[in-house]
Amino acid sequence: MYKYDQIDQKIVNERVDQYQSQLNRYLNKELSDEEFRPLRLQNGLYIQRHAPMLRVAIPYGLLSSNQLHKLANIADKYDRGYGHFSTRQNIQFNWPKLEETPDILRELAEVEMHAIQTSGNCIRNITTDQFAGVTDDEIIDPRHIAEIIRQWSTFHPEFALLPRKFKIAITGSKKDRALVQCHDIGLEFFINSNKEMTIKVWVGGGLGRTPIIGSVIKNELGWEHILTYCEAILRVYNLYGRRDNMYKARIKILVKSLGIEAFRKLVEDEWSYIKNGPNTINTEELSRVKKYFSEPAYKKDIKNHLKDYESNKAFSQWLSRSTNTHKKKGYRAVTFSLKETGCAPGDASSTQMRAVSNLSDKYSFGEIRVSHEQNLILADVQEDELYELWNEAKEYHLVTPNIGLLTDIICCPGGDFCSLANAKSIPIAQSIQDLFNDMDYLHDIGDININISGCMNACGHHHVGHIGILGVDKDGSEWYQVTLGGNQGNFASIGKVIGPSFSADEIPFIIRKIIEVYLKNRQEEEIFIDCVSRIGLEPFKNYIYKKVEA
Amino acid sequence: MTSQLIKGKNIVKDDWVTAELAETEQIVRMQAGKIVAFKLSGEDYPGEEQVKNSIFPATGKTLLPLKVFILHQEELSERLANGEIGIWFSTHEEIHSVTGTIGDLNDFPLIAIHVEKFADGRIFSIGSQLRNKYNFKNELRAFGDVLRDQIFFLKRSGFNSYLIRKDRDAKDAIKGLDDFSDPYQGASDIEDPVWKRRKR
Repeated sequence: MYKYDQIDQKIVNERVDQYQSQLNRYLNKELSDEEFRPLRLQNGLYIQRHAPMLRVAIPYGLLSSNQLHKLANIADKYDRGYGHFSTRQNIQFNWPKLEETPDILRELAEVEMHAIQTSGNCIRNITTDQFAGVTDDEIIDPRHIAEIIRQWSTFHPEFALLPRKFKIAITGSKKDRALVQCHDIGLEFFINSNKEMTIKVWVGGGLGRTPIIGSVIKNELGWEHILTYCEAILRVYNLYGRRDNMYKARIKILVKSLGIEAFRKLVEDEWSYIKNGPNTINTEELSRVKKYFSEPAYKKDIKNHLKDYESNKAFSQWLSRSTNTHKKKGYRAVTFSLKETGCAPGDASSTQMRAVSNLSDKYSFGEIRVSHEQNLILADVQEDELYELWNEAKEYHLVTPNIGLLTDIICCPGGDFCSLANAKSIPIAQSIQDLFNDMDYLHDIGDININISGCMNACGHHHVGHIGILGVDKDGSEWYQVTLGGNQGNFASIGKVIGPSFSADEIPFIIRKIIEVYLKNRQEEEIFIDCVSRIGLEPFKNYIYKKVEA
Repeated sequence: MTSQLIKGKNIVKDDWVTAELAETEQIVRMQAGKIVAFKLSGEDYPGEEQVKNSIFPATGKTLLPLKVFILHQEELSERLANGEIGIWFSTHEEIHSVTGTIGDLNDFPLIAIHVEKFADGRIFSIGSQLRNKYNFKNELRAFGDVLRDQIFFLKRSGFNSYLIRKDRDAKDAIKGLDDFSDPYQGASDIEDPVWKRRKR
């Protein structure tokens, strides 16, 4: 993975000093609340319901064992012994003290980490495929371009105070796991007919209050132009995006109101005078960054004796759900579930973090990835060591074999922590996990995503959940709206609301009804989302609201 | 009173008189979602009446509101040639809509941009366009809600003078110019990105 040189380290160190000065001036009343707000937000610091929340950046979800170890220590020293992995592949600490935040940043800087631009109206953490570099459907490893974009976007002077937050995602695989169509800018890498690395550029996608699937602004962009082209898009957005109404301030609203043609013309006009300018990437820089992502020392001729464990049902279930195929023969990518029943989705204790850190050193070249589904991944595990790994990880509650199943719920922190939330979301996830506690039944139901957000801001990506649950406020009490048919990936779609909302108590039973309709209607091997697309919403609505048998 | 103006890295006396726009009660609501000149509140500003009613000194270095300059352009030609006319405009105004009518931007020794609120980052893109698209070479000044924590970004976006808000210490604000010593990306001040400037 990428290693800092002196230049990177200096920027992060200078950032800590700058933030310390900003905080001191705030505490000395030289900065007002209103003036400090954008400054602290650009450093991932929220003022929450109980205490400040600090969001630490995990660039494109990649961590070293050393870094994860440090996060565990920070959780113990400054927080309550746990952290929350977010859908933006970052980690959040919910209980730090305001005065101690510079100390946390100083400790993070020791392991090449920071909280730069993890919040606020600026370019946020670049996200990509959690299986980048190891997946067998990969066309181009997106991590080196992700790192180049990370550096370019860090303290980009022109885009420090945008109308609203700005998110960029990158994918280089046939199957899009990075949600590029739901981002402000989505970059889809491919090889063009001249065998050159090329990018299809999506713009104006997003979830939140007004979910919109992005539009293609450029079908083929040469990789060397990616920074200048993003600059052109961002300049148009910075100048013309709405600033009078924060709910209409995202780029998707600008693109939609102008239409993609008119928007594209503005971008091309801006690009015309910066194209081939100084920020055009050269091959030297590409290869410099690329070498950090070269293959680890994979072994050859690994003997696969997984058959020996066929009778071990728990291991077999885990093997089928929690491991992914790998481009190298004899290797698999392993996903540790942070969705065990009874735990808040995406939360990890410091003990778990240390365990994952140690396991990665022992089994996977000391690297860990965070997925936007809020799980942790060891990307390079030998097949002949899977059983030992499973056995060791079991003790730390990391091997619930529910990856991609109904209980692998994506969930925001919700009303328990977040001051924006209309409703709680963690207890909803837990009540669903409690009702569906039979692993065989879960495996029978098969692939399905439930995504829960506690408010319109959609941090839990509810719009693209096969089943989406959105907390809403009605006359001061908490209600939940259910959507069906949302999907992520190459065929992204926004779920549709099935009808009036439900109370928290009703939700698990509504989910059960939805599943009953699916099981009755599914054709052989048909997964949930395909069944919903085929039969439509009516059978579900009829069964839930009119009690008509499906 | 000490000066609030930073030029380069020094506090200097401001030898320009900034002409303000006339007071107005006229409010024009603009239609949402179009490319129009939005003030942060969503109103059109300055209105025609306001421009007409604005007054300015008859001699000396004068910084005029863009629309006031356009209205009086002919009578100001001599003063412009003497280098005593600068223009200012707000972040919601668009220089490109008038570049054809106001002649060569480099005839103005000073262009100033007014930023109403700290969080309004349009000022950075305006600076960048003035330097790179319109090749403006002279003094580019930020004024209004200008504080220590934006001036590093302002400098990088092509500004070289900053009028710090009255209630803040300009000397303290100068420190903000050195927040970062070796930035990653190319911008208006240092054009090359770090990978072209340094051996990495």
